[in-house]
Amino acid sequence: MVDAVTPPSTLDAAGFAAAIRADRGGKAFLTVLVVAIMVVPALNLLVPGGSALHLSSYTVTLLGKYMTYAMLAMAVDLVWGYCGILSLGHGAFFALGGYAIGMYLMRQIGTRGVYGDPVLPDFMVFLNWKELPWFWHGFESFPFAAAMVFLAPGVLALVFGFLAFRSRVSGVYLSIMTQALTYALMLAFFRNDMGFGGNNGFTDFKDILGFSLQAPSTRMVLFLGTALSLGGSYLLCRYIIASRAGRVIQAVRDAESRARFLGYRVESYKLWMFVLSALLAGLAGALYVPQIGIINPSEFSPASSIEIVIWVAIGGRGTLYGAVVGAFLVNYAKTYFTAALPSMWLYALGALFVLVTLFLPSGVVGLIGEWRRHAGRQPKGL
Amino acid sequence: MLSRLQRWHDLKLAFAGLASLMLASTATPAGAVAPETGDLPELVGGLATASYSEKQALIKQLVQTHDPRVRGVLDAMLEGKLYSRTSDGRLFIAAENNDVLDITDPLTGKPAGSMQSGDAGKIGINNQLRKTLRVALAQFDLASTDVNVRLEAVREMLRAVDTESIAVLHERLAVEPSSAVKREIRAGLALADLDSSEVSVRLAAVKTLAESLNVDVYNRLTAMSQAPAEGEAGEGDPAVRAAAKKALRTIDRKRSFYSIAQTLLYGLSQGSVLVLAAIGLAITFGVMGVINMAHGELMMLGAYSTYVVQLLMPQHIGASILVAIPVAFLVSGLVGIAIERGIVRHLYGRPLETLLATFGLSLILQQAVRDIFSANNRPVETPSWLAGSLQINEVLAITYNRLYIIVFTFAVFLLLLAILKRTRLGLEVRAVSQNRGMAKAMGIRTEWVDAMTFGLGSGIAGIAGVALSQLTNVGPNLGQSYIVDSFMVVVFGGVGNVWGTEIGGNALGVVNQALEPYAGAVLAKIFVLVFLILFIQRRPRGMFPQKGRAADG
Repeated sequence: MVDAVTPPSTLDAAGFAAAIRADRGGKAFLTVLVVAIMVVPALNLLVPGGSALHLSSYTVTLLGKYMTYAMLAMAVDLVWGYCGILSLGHGAFFALGGYAIGMYLMRQIGTRGVYGDPVLPDFMVFLNWKELPWFWHGFESFPFAAAMVFLAPGVLALVFGFLAFRSRVSGVYLSIMTQALTYALMLAFFRNDMGFGGNNGFTDFKDILGFSLQAPSTRMVLFLGTALSLGGSYLLCRYIIASRAGRVIQAVRDAESRARFLGYRVESYKLWMFVLSALLAGLAGALYVPQIGIINPSEFSPASSIEIVIWVAIGGRGTLYGAVVGAFLVNYAKTYFTAALPSMWLYALGALFVLVTLFLPSGVVGLIGEWRRHAGRQPKGL
Repeated sequence: MLSRLQRWHDLKLAFAGLASLMLASTATPAGAVAPETGDLPELVGGLATASYSEKQALIKQLVQTHDPRVRGVLDAMLEGKLYSRTSDGRLFIAAENNDVLDITDPLTGKPAGSMQSGDAGKIGINNQLRKTLRVALAQFDLASTDVNVRLEAVREMLRAVDTESIAVLHERLAVEPSSAVKREIRAGLALADLDSSEVSVRLAAVKTLAESLNVDVYNRLTAMSQAPAEGEAGEGDPAVRAAAKKALRTIDRKRSFYSIAQTLLYGLSQGSVLVLAAIGLAITFGVMGVINMAHGELMMLGAYSTYVVQLLMPQHIGASILVAIPVAFLVSGLVGIAIERGIVRHLYGRPLETLLATFGLSLILQQAVRDIFSANNRPVETPSWLAGSLQINEVLAITYNRLYIIVFTFAVFLLLLAILKRTRLGLEVRAVSQNRGMAKAMGIRTEWVDAMTFGLGSGIAGIAGVALSQLTNVGPNLGQSYIVDSFMVVVFGGVGNVWGTEIGGNALGVVNQALEPYAGAVLAKIFVLVFLILFIQRRPRGMFPQKGRAADG
């Protein structure tokens, strides 16, 4: 294909500032995030434990978990909302990032494990393995593990996306393929022979970079790191969407054939967005695991990947901040319902899916936008 | 020429056998009145007072009557359960029940009350008689009209071969109509001949044994293919050794053929499960283009319908499955129509939204089943006609449920094909899927057709659920485990193509089965999934893509 159009130019600072100014929901989201970054540490570390204003470490971790989910939802929104690629396998990228950091954390346990083996993680001793499998080497180093957090999901997305987009697999076919991908990975990671802890995955982590994972200060640093990553990812995504490349991508979403006939390399645009999205998902997974303290193959299950899509749909797709809102809303509801009315949760979640797709095609943020409009105007139909 | 003669010979024998069978079957009901069986009670009664040598003769005479009732008497005698009552000298089969003996009439099998052990005299047997009885019993079974009983009798006799049983087997060989039994007898006789001191007899025996798939035969031949070493048995004659080697090669070839046949059959049955799960989707997804993520839950409903039907008719488990098929079709079909009218209808042309809404629905259905039936798996009984297995030969056996699922899937497939190609509904379905606007303009009620098509696909999912209830656990997660596979099968076969689904599903089943011995079940499945992902890259529209304008939709 002839590259008739100049490659996407970078956006200058003024243009980006203008894009941010025009993005009212984004401004609100970033404001809330900045407030959280300032207030949460103060309430958690400075306010004494007995005070009504004190924020427990449990709540901090919970907020941190929601934020990693929000990043994941944003990653899905980037491809679904802006490229029209409905990935039902983003849980795989999330889990791969999580497994990469999990391997580092497992190596850090050292002799403090149940079997006290200085090199082998407990489950390998349990399986009677004598030496570390080749793919476990290097994970004792944090920089290496951090690189793998991006490399593992990135390479998988690159290979899968390259094959899929090149042969123009799109729409529901692509969705089913991504689902099969994560399903195959789930089956693989469930196997003990794979060397990733089988059923149980990784847990019982002790410390990260020498700091205990149980200490409130470590948790606070992880929380702040997650918050900054979330804000940074938002700005990055917004930057890309506002750039020329971002506009091409939206053109591809709306009229793929036309964009192709105009001379754009549709496949490459889709591929790079897909890879970027996978990298974000991997980072989210890597931030999730040290805070939650466990990673197992259920993260690969097709159902949990679909759940991510639901967060995006409920929040409002194609807005980025909508994904964040959706992730927080649904996960808060999940935390509440599973504690208060366990059997109601699946009914509530299922009903949410059905009602949102039928009646709220632009999600919660779309609904808010609707309210803000003048009363006299016709609302946008279904 | 020779083979034709042989076939003619077989045919004649078969006719002879058939004729004798017909004679036997006409004779048995009239047996009570027939004069020659009138002395059966007399012969049996004679056992009470006979000496050992007289008993020998009596047993031979009893066998000659070919009366099926004799078998029970001989069996009881061999097991020491035949008693005579000292007060009147009558014979009974007795079973100990506390201090008394429960007795039954040896010929009619009817209970005849009980007697004191003091009143009973056991019909004694010695070792010689025991042997005679065993041969007599086997001989008796050899004359049975049931091929399987005859086969078992031959095997029983071959376990301890002696001159007497060899003579009986030779006798039987001449009149045996079934080629399977004949093969078994020949193999057995040849196995005995291997011990012969004559080289020519051994040579002939080895050649005959090349036909057999028996493990004992295989081990024997392996031993015979080597020269006698120190302390080990072997074959001295080089010609026989060479023949044994050749026979082993023949057997190996046959075995690998049958193991391929077994892989094919097992693969087909595994593939049939996939096809059954996917064929409803081939309608809703393939023909209508609706991504129904609740398809698995419709199968689950079918499986639970089977469970409920069995609860309602616990006395008739055998028939319950047959009743469950239409019930499951209706239940799942109606739920499917409700889904179409309530949700899917509003989302036509937005496949990704349909996917999400129906996924939500699948969560609701799962939780509903969990609340109604509990989260644990429900026990669904297997009727006796589905249990057991068909032994084709010594290395190839297939369980009946595997066999039935192949047949059943194919029947469902043909039925579906007939509906799509031969009925008015099928015509309308195809018209709507090809060009909705044009179909509507021609006066087809597209809304009604949509609902019926969706109902049909869902109903077939319900039928699949009935079959799955016999193969896997019936629990709330039953549907989930099949949903990814089902979509893959439909996409692999080519969307909108029912034939593609049938062939694709079976092909995947066979590939999976062929990989399993090398890779294990889970890894084989992963390989198949990866293969499918790569395959779709090469042929994005499946094995048998739809051609023409409809394909661009």
